Amino acid sequence: MTTPAPAPAPAGAVRPRPSLAVRAWAILAVPVVVTVLSLLVGALIILASELIVTGRKFDPFLPFTAYAALLQGAFGSPEAIVSTLVYTAPLVFGGLAVAFGFKAGLFNIGVQGQFLVGALGAVIVGVALADAPAPVAIVAATAAGILGGALWGFIPGFLKAVSGAHEVVSTIMLNYVAVQLLAALVSGPLKVPKSPSPVTYDVGNAAWPIVLGDTGHIGIILAPIAAVFVWWLLFRTTWGFEVRSVGASPDAARYAGMRPKALIIATMTFSGALGGLAGTAVLLGVTHTMTSSFGTTVGFDSIAVALLARSSPLGVIAAAFLFGSLRAGAGLMQINAGIPVELVDVLQATILLFLVASPVLRRLLRMRGVQAGITESSPSHALGGGLAD
Amino acid sequence: MDFTTWINGLYGIPVIGLVFQLAGYLVAVIPQNSPNIMQQATPLALAALCGVLCERSGVVNIGIEGTMLAAAFTAWIVGVAIQPYFGTPNPTDLFGLTFPLVIALVAAVLVAMGISALHAWLSISLRADQIISGTIINIAAAGLTGYLNQLISQNSPAGAGEFARFVAPTALTSLPIVGWLFAMILNQGPITISVIILVIGCQLWLFRSRWGLRTRAVGEHPRAAETVGIDVIRVRYRNVILGGVFAGLAGAFLSIEATNSFQQNMTAGRGFIALAAVIMGRWTPIGSFGAALLFATFLQLGQLINIAPPSGQLGSIMASVPPQLFDALPYILTIVILAGVVGRSVPPAADGQPYVREAAS
Repeated sequence: MTTPAPAPAPAGAVRPRPSLAVRAWAILAVPVVVTVLSLLVGALIILASELIVTGRKFDPFLPFTAYAALLQGAFGSPEAIVSTLVYTAPLVFGGLAVAFGFKAGLFNIGVQGQFLVGALGAVIVGVALADAPAPVAIVAATAAGILGGALWGFIPGFLKAVSGAHEVVSTIMLNYVAVQLLAALVSGPLKVPKSPSPVTYDVGNAAWPIVLGDTGHIGIILAPIAAVFVWWLLFRTTWGFEVRSVGASPDAARYAGMRPKALIIATMTFSGALGGLAGTAVLLGVTHTMTSSFGTTVGFDSIAVALLARSSPLGVIAAAFLFGSLRAGAGLMQINAGIPVELVDVLQATILLFLVASPVLRRLLRMRGVQAGITESSPSHALGGGLAD
Repeated sequence: MDFTTWINGLYGIPVIGLVFQLAGYLVAVIPQNSPNIMQQATPLALAALCGVLCERSGVVNIGIEGTMLAAAFTAWIVGVAIQPYFGTPNPTDLFGLTFPLVIALVAAVLVAMGISALHAWLSISLRADQIISGTIINIAAAGLTGYLNQLISQNSPAGAGEFARFVAPTALTSLPIVGWLFAMILNQGPITISVIILVIGCQLWLFRSRWGLRTRAVGEHPRAAETVGIDVIRVRYRNVILGGVFAGLAGAFLSIEATNSFQQNMTAGRGFIALAAVIMGRWTPIGSFGAALLFATFLQLGQLINIAPPSGQLGSIMASVPPQLFDALPYILTIVILAGVVGRSVPPAADGQPYVREAAS
């Protein structure tokens, strides 16, 4: 992520580097303003929905009750904070997956599918090694999860490189295929015999160790490490430079001797591996078994996380924490205020809408020297057409 | 020569016989299920029309899925809201039209046009990334409809019902060989029947009218179009919003023609399959309608194979495959077709590129 281009300085003048506060404001202004505005819109939606649904007394303070419950559910107790972190961890992995794709100019909407196939890989190996020594079982099951996701990311990358099939359509289609694949395996070969409902065995020793409280699995430590690793990969390695070059301008990258097709395959595979890690974190860290309806909102939340973080790997941690706390607190909000947990989806959508409209927002709020909400330059997005050779 | 023994002989050939069995199954099953296939094709074809209109003018609309979902919800909820004011519905003979249903349909189309206008504003005026703008529409539609559906279904309200099907004269539908085609096209509700008219109309409009010519010019070379005095921005706005009409019809079809209720995420990826149909149909209305029919056939076969599998050797092979595989078939097919067709199918040159007017200096 580059800082905004400085105004052309008069010849000879040395522009002082802006202070830390100014730089922080430039990066954070839009995300913060957008989040606050979305919470306001959410409050209006809560009030409006009171009017829609009959049979309840109108309560002008319901938004406060709801948001208070949300906060309490996310941060009200040590257990709540641990639960928020547990919700955050897979979002960091998933957000990194989408962000990494963005850096190469690829839109991986398929994190949901990579999440599912990753979890599937983890549960297959995890169940097989349930009685093996814990270190072996954990490493093998985690590796299987990463491989599953990588496979599900490789397919659209390969198709894009070879035939030009746009990754947006093929990754979405693979999401649906993943759902059916999972259902077929969990109600078929992986099913516990004689179980009334389709469910797999427990992963036993392959479960990720708990490091914080009762539920805080090791994923909450791995997530920030992964973010730093992705940052290092993107900004401190040759490969990362090539990935970013292809994202910025495929033609220029090709003239510079890089191979965009190979990079597209590698990028999608790596992105898929991160998506698979997200699924692994939920399976080995939280559920330990898989039902045929296994699946969370992580896949689509990840897109929101990456957009809000402007594809910055370290920003992903902050954005994932925001959405993680919303998800963690939503349950208590539903209980205390009767607001369906789906409100979080609405908040997420309004955050994204404000983000994409942030040029207008910046003009309205007279915010100058502030970075745009979403990277403005992006490659052409025709859904057909093969890659130029 | 006895026809049955001949067929049985063909079916009995090892390995190749399976192909004949499959062909026999398809021939037996497709005409019989043609009305259902047409209904599966309807939302796909309408959504594909929306895609064709948008992309021909140079705007990629990946938010069709969300637009359809919002329209489906609107049609249902408007029906729910106004039903009490009209008393017991008294369906008319023609399509079972009632006032609430018609108002619900109009509301769905209006909402879809509004969402398309939002997409147009984000992607044309703000020049936001069109894929991201569309994705946001999808997330917003899924979130808002899911939220409201949770709230409203607490009261488990009754909807306004659904459109009835037209019944074509049996003299037509029982004609030998072609009768099933009439049944397929005519034994349908109003939205499904209108699909063929809309597809042909759009085809003529796009390739035989002045507006169509302008649309294609704007999608291929906006700078040249502007030079000859075409307002690129306005043409794009019009096309995207007009496309919204079709997405609205597609959504309304799901909740007030095919069924009489709304389910969370009931579009089930149809908006995305439609995008593949657009590519496969080479950005023409008739071509994408053909592609939609192909996808619809696979959607229908996926269900049929689970309900009424073929008999014999082929049936026993199919029975050993997990049923979920057949459910995944349309999605796998979309990927395969996308990968196989794309290189030879050329999109409008300016597809997906925001247009910046030249500075007036």
